[in-house]
Amino acid sequence: MTVSTSWYLVLGALLFIIGGVGLLIRRNPLVMLMCVELMLNGVNLTFVAFSRELGDIGGQTVVFFVLVVAAAEVVVGLGLVVAVLRRSPGTTADDLSVLKG
Amino acid sequence: MVDTAVFLVAGAICLVGALGVILARNPVHSALMLVMTLFGIAVLFVALEAHFLAAVQVIVYAGAIVVLFWFVVMLLGVDKATDLEVGALKPQKWGALAFILGGVGVAVVLIAVLANPTTGARGVSGALDGTSNVRLLARSLFSDYVYAFELTSLLLVIAVIGAVVLARKPKVEELEQ
Repeated sequence: MTVSTSWYLVLGALLFIIGGVGLLIRRNPLVMLMCVELMLNGVNLTFVAFSRELGDIGGQTVVFFVLVVAAAEVVVGLGLVVAVLRRSPGTTADDLSVLKG
Repeated sequence: MVDTAVFLVAGAICLVGALGVILARNPVHSALMLVMTLFGIAVLFVALEAHFLAAVQVIVYAGAIVVLFWFVVMLLGVDKATDLEVGALKPQKWGALAFILGGVGVAVVLIAVLANPTTGARGVSGALDGTSNVRLLARSLFSDYVYAFELTSLLLVIAVIGAVVLARKPKVEELEQ
């Protein structure tokens, strides 16, 4: 029984779906950001699996860019979370619906 | 045989960690579970012969991003973090909708993957011909993707400036206005 690419694809899809469900059911903004990271990692796993399957380094290059963008996203997202929570502790994602431009 | 065992163990670690992230009530425990998932994925990257990405995964994700999450939890105060403990949506219908969406997603993916995942066409941009993974990745990054690479540096500068602006405490006279 050898490990085929499909196994990695299924695992990546499961990680993506777990992250997506978490994003929908959790209200803590910190945990929601962590769920976004889970979804990104599921996609990264898919990219690397296809990179090996098709013998193409391009998939791994894309994963490198995803890592950079994820780091930038977390920095700005956590900055926003700190700015909101410092002003009103205990804020959930639902309470942010009062923000209007 | 060995790679099957590696995949099963690392995959189980990933899934348990992922479920832990969304089910743990305390954000600190969620971040710990996220580290577990990230290490499992790094092991899978090694199994897929993406050695450079495995190292970067551990250094950037586990070393920087998760530590940043912990910084924020500690910065807001652990007592305030416990205010945030309760996470799940109150209206049950939305939670049920989320799980139905998740189930449909699993079904679609299983059908798509088990049918026929790829066309089998070989890549043309730098084949994985047994040379060093780092060398291949660097050649791809600094030739085909060099403009995207330069743009990521711009993105990181913007993110740093944004974080500094957001984290700055407003001055007293600005608040009074």
